[in-house]
Amino acid sequence: MSNSEVPSGRGRTGGSSAPGGRGRRRGAVVGAGRGKEPVAVVGVGQTKHVSARRDVSIAGLVREAARRALEDAELTWGDVDAVVIGKAPDFFEGVMMPELYLADALGAVGKPMLRVHTAGSVGGSTALVAANLIAARVHRTVLTLAFEKQSESNAMWGLSLPVPFQQPLLAGAGGFFAPHVRAYMHRTSAPDHIGALVAYKDRRNALKNPYAHLHEEDLTLEKVRSSPMLWDPIRYSETCPSSDGACAMVLTDRAGAARTPRPPAWMHGGAMRSEPTLFAGKDAVSPRAGSDCAADVYRQAGVTQPRREIDAVEMYVPFSWYEPMWLENLGFAEEGQGWTMTESGATELDGDLPVNPSGGVLSTNPIGASGMLRFAEAALQVRGLAGAHQVEGARRALGHAYGGGAQFFSMWLVAADPPTS
Amino acid sequence: MDDVLTAPMVVEFPFTRSLGPVLSAFLTGLRERTVLGVTATDGRVVVPPTEYDPVTAEEVRDLVEVGQTGTVTTWAWNGAPRRGQPLAHPFAWVLVRLDGADTALLHALDAPEGPGSVSTGMRVRVRWAQERTGAITDIACFEPAPHDPPPPGRPAAHPGTFPEPVTGIVAAARLDYTYSPGRAQTRYLNALAEHRTKGERCPRCRKVYVPPRGACPTCGVATGEQVEVGPAGTVTTFCVVNIKAKGLDIDVPYVYGHIALDGAGLALHGRIAGIPCDQVRMGLRVEPVWTEGGRHPDHYRPTGEPDAAYETYKELL
Repeated sequence: MSNSEVPSGRGRTGGSSAPGGRGRRRGAVVGAGRGKEPVAVVGVGQTKHVSARRDVSIAGLVREAARRALEDAELTWGDVDAVVIGKAPDFFEGVMMPELYLADALGAVGKPMLRVHTAGSVGGSTALVAANLIAARVHRTVLTLAFEKQSESNAMWGLSLPVPFQQPLLAGAGGFFAPHVRAYMHRTSAPDHIGALVAYKDRRNALKNPYAHLHEEDLTLEKVRSSPMLWDPIRYSETCPSSDGACAMVLTDRAGAARTPRPPAWMHGGAMRSEPTLFAGKDAVSPRAGSDCAADVYRQAGVTQPRREIDAVEMYVPFSWYEPMWLENLGFAEEGQGWTMTESGATELDGDLPVNPSGGVLSTNPIGASGMLRFAEAALQVRGLAGAHQVEGARRALGHAYGGGAQFFSMWLVAADPPTS
Repeated sequence: MDDVLTAPMVVEFPFTRSLGPVLSAFLTGLRERTVLGVTATDGRVVVPPTEYDPVTAEEVRDLVEVGQTGTVTTWAWNGAPRRGQPLAHPFAWVLVRLDGADTALLHALDAPEGPGSVSTGMRVRVRWAQERTGAITDIACFEPAPHDPPPPGRPAAHPGTFPEPVTGIVAAARLDYTYSPGRAQTRYLNALAEHRTKGERCPRCRKVYVPPRGACPTCGVATGEQVEVGPAGTVTTFCVVNIKAKGLDIDVPYVYGHIALDGAGLALHGRIAGIPCDQVRMGLRVEPVWTEGGRHPDHYRPTGEPDAAYETYKELL
């Protein structure tokens, strides 16, 4: 029996009433108008991401991010109607269904609490499940949170479990994705150095983000290019770190946004798409689920020229080459031209489409939280609260996540202005 | 129906747990034969302690020391203990409200006289483990105690500080499964035993799945028609693995390739050898190399044919 999962018996669950908020009515909203309720991000919180947070339990880790999100929104636990939490596979910490014991740490007692899982994209899909609860007027204010404490396990082990009757071949996520990177390079005739440009850019951006895990002050492009080749064509410095961290957001409705002290980010579109990991005709370089998902988000947001109309992108890039690959998949570059866009400097912090101003997954990877960090960083950009990695004048930003064997996609587009319809 | 293959599958890992301040005090306390609880906002004493108030969600840190005798609030008899459970012989799972606590702790009760000797309301006391490390198992179990009433008064405050506190534990998790790959893969594996590779064709899109899964994931229909593919194929893409994965017994570097066997509708994954790593290329023609007793080809080696044109395999990456 594990110490953290021993039920504490009476008193824990016995009909306790929900904590009182500011006296306003919680729960379902009756008699609301037609159409979807606009969804606003009014609070963002994250932990300082590091390789091992040995000073806190999982409860303490998620609590830290949640508290910061509430502080940003200037709300209390009682103001929250529901909690939606996500993380990557339970194997990663070996706590089966950790949400069961996190209810008190997240103020969820007496409220609905949902857990979402879609592998590495989970942080994004968790935020979308939370947003949909508001858009559907099921709840008014929802705390959403995602986390991973990678130091408690070994994700590479968790992703390479030997299965009977199968040949043990696979060496972690890098080994899985590296052949797709090679296929991209072949298909587009991209020169070898593009991946290093992305890794160098994202690590430089991370120096401007106090929460980022990797702060490699002395990194040079040459060091990236000469770092050890792990899964040829992917080098060590082109891979994401293994991080402990959590990210939380407070989402609310129009009335909640009207009361909030700091500028909100408004959701203009959100979508998820799935496809099998392997099937005949799958385009692993540019999965159809990804491009369909982006197209749906742009349609909802009324975006017809993503490159021109979007000011910043937080994209899920765990291996450097995925930046040019996703630039094409998400419609920012013509097919085969993602790498030229990266090479031109367009995706740098001062370029015309900054990608991963926060430093991205390449600088911070608490797997379950990584997708939500993309969504939250996009929100920070359009709220004007991104600090030193703020993209000047950002009005519209895309948050993107993918997971599994490039089989789950989730994205949202947030803006400084509320939706008009 | 074919006989379906099955095999044991064990997943085990020594997960670590960082405890944080409250659970660190609780487990270190157990090592020192001291049971700590935490006072919640409403004054109730919660044992084992939580870090956050179960009602208000506020951070709670006021520790108290509770008694080592308590009252059973409910129980269940475990007549057939499994590996890893607190006692090897039949025992009762009990919820024990320790004297001074307002909540109950789950543990084992050693009741050698059987389930007839266990009752709700019975008094029990901690039996400490001989060797204690700072874990819930430092309480070996509970044992029946004389039926004295709980002592009056509230538990005393405790600073929760001890020399050399326990800050983390190792939770060795182990899951035992019986794994079956299912009927379609059983047919595939049985054919491999004869060094033949059999896929299954989708009746709708006509693509041949290798290995087969019994259904086409695109069309959502069963695949029944068996089709022999290969033996040769084309390397459609690959990587060179230079890093050893935990538990994977392959010397690095090795080439992990996607191989489209002739006639297959998608690539399978395999190791490519018999050629220096830096000479492997997309389009390379390869064939399986079998070893005695191996269930799968050990690896794929070049056939010596000219490379396949990209156009012939670009949909099979």
